[in-house]
Amino acid sequence: MELVEKVGTIQEEHLKSFEEKIERGDAIEPRDHMPESYRKHLMRQMSQHAHSEVIGMQPEGNWITRAPSLRAKQILLAKIQDEGGHGLYLYSAAETLGITRTEMIEQLHSGKAKYSNIFNYPALTWADIGAIGWLVDGAAIVNQVSLQRTSYGPYSRAMVRICKEESFHQRQGYEIMANMMKGTKDQQAMAQDAMNRWWWPSLMMFGPHDSESPHTGDAFKWKIKRASNDELRQKFIDKTVQQAEVIGLTIPDADLKWNEAKNCYDHGAINWEEFHRVIAGNGPCNKQRMAHHKKVHAEGAWVREAAEAYRLKKGQ
Amino acid sequence: MATDTQLASWEVFMQGKPGANYIHAGSVHASDKKMALQNARDTYTRRGEGTSIWVVPTDAIVASNPDDNDMLFDPANDKAYRMPTFYTMPEGAKAI
Ligand SMILES: [Fe+2]
Ligand SMILES: [Fe+2]
Repeated sequence: MELVEKVGTIQEEHLKSFEEKIERGDAIEPRDHMPESYRKHLMRQMSQHAHSEVIGMQPEGNWITRAPSLRAKQILLAKIQDEGGHGLYLYSAAETLGITRTEMIEQLHSGKAKYSNIFNYPALTWADIGAIGWLVDGAAIVNQVSLQRTSYGPYSRAMVRICKEESFHQRQGYEIMANMMKGTKDQQAMAQDAMNRWWWPSLMMFGPHDSESPHTGDAFKWKIKRASNDELRQKFIDKTVQQAEVIGLTIPDADLKWNEAKNCYDHGAINWEEFHRVIAGNGPCNKQRMAHHKKVHAEGAWVREAAEAYRLKKGQ
Repeated sequence: MATDTQLASWEVFMQGKPGANYIHAGSVHASDKKMALQNARDTYTRRGEGTSIWVVPTDAIVASNPDDNDMLFDPANDKAYRMPTFYTMPEGAKAI
């Protein structure tokens, strides 16, 4: 009985020290006491973030062999290699929470862990590579800049590293779009078509409206999340509209207009039905993305096995 | 038959420029030292971020327990005589 009470007090003290740290704005480190629900929340969020980086290599990888110049091919390769690196930073950071990489990959393959919905859309033309870099990486940057101040130390440090690398991603995409808009009528139409297809899914990347978002409460209290979905989405819209205007692209939203009083853009309704349909597995490429990941993972098993066998043989 | 694993974890420390301290960059997975170094290079220095890399098996890192912080880090605060400003220098003494 006494022992039970003691355990209770120790747990309370741990929670108190955790909450005080959060309150002061100190980072939480892997060995610090943290509530189980904080750990779980981070495991889910960070592993899904890592999976998104890795799955995100697929739509772009599709264009490496068809890049229109050697310069374009080198840039695309470097960009995709960065995304693989981002996945690795995030898997490592998530591992500090006590989940193994094997478990994370199993959760991805079983469908328990999700990845960003955006990568379930296909990259149909070269202009899509421009739109992905400019809009998809652009939206990701807005989210990731905010996450640099997230409360979990390893996650925050990974975000700082990622943000340094991301600005080239967005600029190379915008450059592709700008060049196409300086080209022939067909090239301009191709750029506008990519814009039309990627704009709305990019807005959906920020997740449901604040009024609908189920995890928001704890994530804010614990400073995992530092800005709301709607705040981040608004930031992205406000900076992107001007960029589109400069190169002559039209935002495919008839209701988009500047709101003088709020000092930001008002936008039209987002098609949440589509968002939920794609999350549920019925987007254009869900099955293809997952099948490809599983295939490559299985085909790489012999390499990992050979590396282990080599280590054992050398007695290391 | 060997079972599939994600290989062992290694911590990566990077020296940003000659003469600087080695700073923790993150971790990688690898089966041996050579692969760990190669993976650390590919993962953490694609833009000239480093001039030298250390890799250490994650298991070999010994970390302090946050519960011991008072014991480990507080005593330094009340030993002002460890600071140069603690001492009174004779009037007129130069370059000390
Ligand atoms: Fe990325
Ligand atoms: Fe990126």
